Amino acid sequence: MTRTWIIAVAGLALAACGGGDKGGNANTGSGAQPQASAGGGGADLVGAGATFPNPIYQRWFYDYAQSTGVKINYQSIGSGGGIRQVSEQTVDFGASDSPMSDQEMSQAKGGAVMHFPSVIGAVAVTYNLPGAPDGLKLTGDVLAAIFQGKVTKWNDPGIAALNPGVKLPAQDILVVHRSDGSGTTYIFTDYLAAVSPAWKASPGKGKDVQWPVGLGGKGNEGVAGQIKQTPGALGYVELAYARQNKLPVAAVRNAAGKFVQPSLQGATAAAAGVAQSLPPTTDFRISIVNAPGADTYPISSFTWLLVYQNQTDAAKGRKLVDFIGWALHDGQKEVQALDYAPLPANMVQMEIERLKTVKLPGATT
Amino acid sequence: MVDPLPHTGLAGRAAEVATARPRPRRRVVRLQGHRAADRAYSVLTTAAAAAVPLLLLVIAVVVTMGAWPALRQFGLGFLTSSDWDPVRNVYGVAPAIYGTLVTSFLALLIATPLAVGAAVFLTEYSPEWLRRPAAFLIDLLAAIPSVIFGLWAIFVLVPILREHVMPFLRDTLGLGATPFFSGPAYGPSLLAASLILAVMILPYISAVSREVLAAVPRSQREAALALGATQWEMIRSAVIPFARSGILGGVILGLGRALGETMAVTMVIGNRQEISASLFAPGYTLASAIANQFSEATGDLQLSALMAAGFVLFVVTLIVNAGARWLVWRTGRLAR
Repeated sequence: MTRTWIIAVAGLALAACGGGDKGGNANTGSGAQPQASAGGGGADLVGAGATFPNPIYQRWFYDYAQSTGVKINYQSIGSGGGIRQVSEQTVDFGASDSPMSDQEMSQAKGGAVMHFPSVIGAVAVTYNLPGAPDGLKLTGDVLAAIFQGKVTKWNDPGIAALNPGVKLPAQDILVVHRSDGSGTTYIFTDYLAAVSPAWKASPGKGKDVQWPVGLGGKGNEGVAGQIKQTPGALGYVELAYARQNKLPVAAVRNAAGKFVQPSLQGATAAAAGVAQSLPPTTDFRISIVNAPGADTYPISSFTWLLVYQNQTDAAKGRKLVDFIGWALHDGQKEVQALDYAPLPANMVQMEIERLKTVKLPGATT
Repeated sequence: MVDPLPHTGLAGRAAEVATARPRPRRRVVRLQGHRAADRAYSVLTTAAAAAVPLLLLVIAVVVTMGAWPALRQFGLGFLTSSDWDPVRNVYGVAPAIYGTLVTSFLALLIATPLAVGAAVFLTEYSPEWLRRPAAFLIDLLAAIPSVIFGLWAIFVLVPILREHVMPFLRDTLGLGATPFFSGPAYGPSLLAASLILAVMILPYISAVSREVLAAVPRSQREAALALGATQWEMIRSAVIPFARSGILGGVILGLGRALGETMAVTMVIGNRQEISASLFAPGYTLASAIANQFSEATGDLQLSALMAAGFVLFVVTLIVNAGARWLVWRTGRLAR
């Protein structure tokens, strides 16, 4: 009798654990269809990929379905999974926080994959230093040195020189990084690699790297939780997370020499600065870290929609192109409410031009 | 050995039938009609029994196939290397194997005395009114999702460890002189992971122990008491030896759970690919490596390395379980 009870309880626990991973499936309304329906059960388009833009994508798909009736089912399974599914052609479009590498592009079964930046995200450096103000000033060099374990104390001369008047304790810096592979880590290490040749040599940039020092926290909440609890800790989280939780954030020196705290305007400015000098033939697989411009926040990045240039289904291809066009225009008005930075106008213009090069079967243009 | 449940034995049933009053004829007819159903049930249960090993086999084959490219590329170095570098595509799981084994065994070390103690109390000492509610509460621990354990550990257990327990162990007790309790106390650590694992496996060990202890025949207890044993002596010399192999079975169940636990451990272990003697240091486990990286792994080799980590976890679990079974078998023989 009791034994059956134990088994029942254990079964319940297992079932509950199964549901405990990745809580990112915030179905903003349109998610009346279960996310798991890989075939898209009733959806016109099916996409999969990055978790970082999932909230804004769900919002877009809901609004788009309301105004046009086109239903899009998006599964936030992670950028890696998004790239894999696009390559295998099991979804109509993918999404990723890092551009596909040349090797990944060559392995895609449906030919050339086009990258369309959808929104801009930024990564904030946050810390817990009793007595220190919000907006502690840091440079890329100092950040790289801290994450390499070369600068280990808060009162290091490198930090002190940037922050005259701030009383820095002789405390150890506890570095906290993401333990799970993530676009946030990609943006941050992309930035460190851009400003520090030593970092570029080792450990380099990626969604997960071999960290020289520090503790790994799972997810933004894991990193932020560890920092909040440990005096002397420093780490990085996605800007939206830092804003929503009102974490203290560092002002990072940009390419123009100005110290800038992370903001949506700063991230948009970074994209605008880079877009100015882009060749018209660009494939948008570009980095906007350490971008030029006085107001740019240097640790910013696009997140991309991945679409095959040669669409195989005319009706689906039409819907997909229409949706991306909508997202670049109307969609951009909604992004700030969810703490994403909108694309600058010059960028939108370039993407619209490129969108015209998507080929639909049977179409003359 | 005494048949613990004599009334279920065949002899018992025969005696029951013999002493029963003659039953109405109708019943006999119905019993004969059950033959087809009997056969159907036999086929069904055989299929169910065969499905489980088959499932295990399929999992083993798929994991091995997925792991093959990484195993071929790195060979034995995969087991001994501490490198896990997705940028350069070099992988090794030595720290993860170490962390998996250390946290699981430490968790057992902490949970077993507590769980067995609780089981002994509930079967031997507890007043009747407390028995069921207390047992229910312990069982309820098993129903809590592991993410909840992880969150609780992050917000309650880890701060307590960092502020109080770790400084106390290291400085007040002077254990910092040993390599096992030295180094800075960040909080997330092998120790934190072991403690949360201990809490999570406790209900399994306790539930099984309770059942086994309750199954010790009354006559066994009465015989010990009749020889003049006190209650504690009776428990120690008559009850626990009788239940020993069953309790060990519960411990194995707990160990299996500890080896594979993912979410709660990932949240508090600090996720650092390093082998460190100190329990205060952050570490890594095989399961957390997979949980951390699978969704964002893009390169074929990284995916294969994660499959290989799964393969290693599979093998480690098999070895540990086989060892534990052997232990049960041996103590079972010794008890006779």
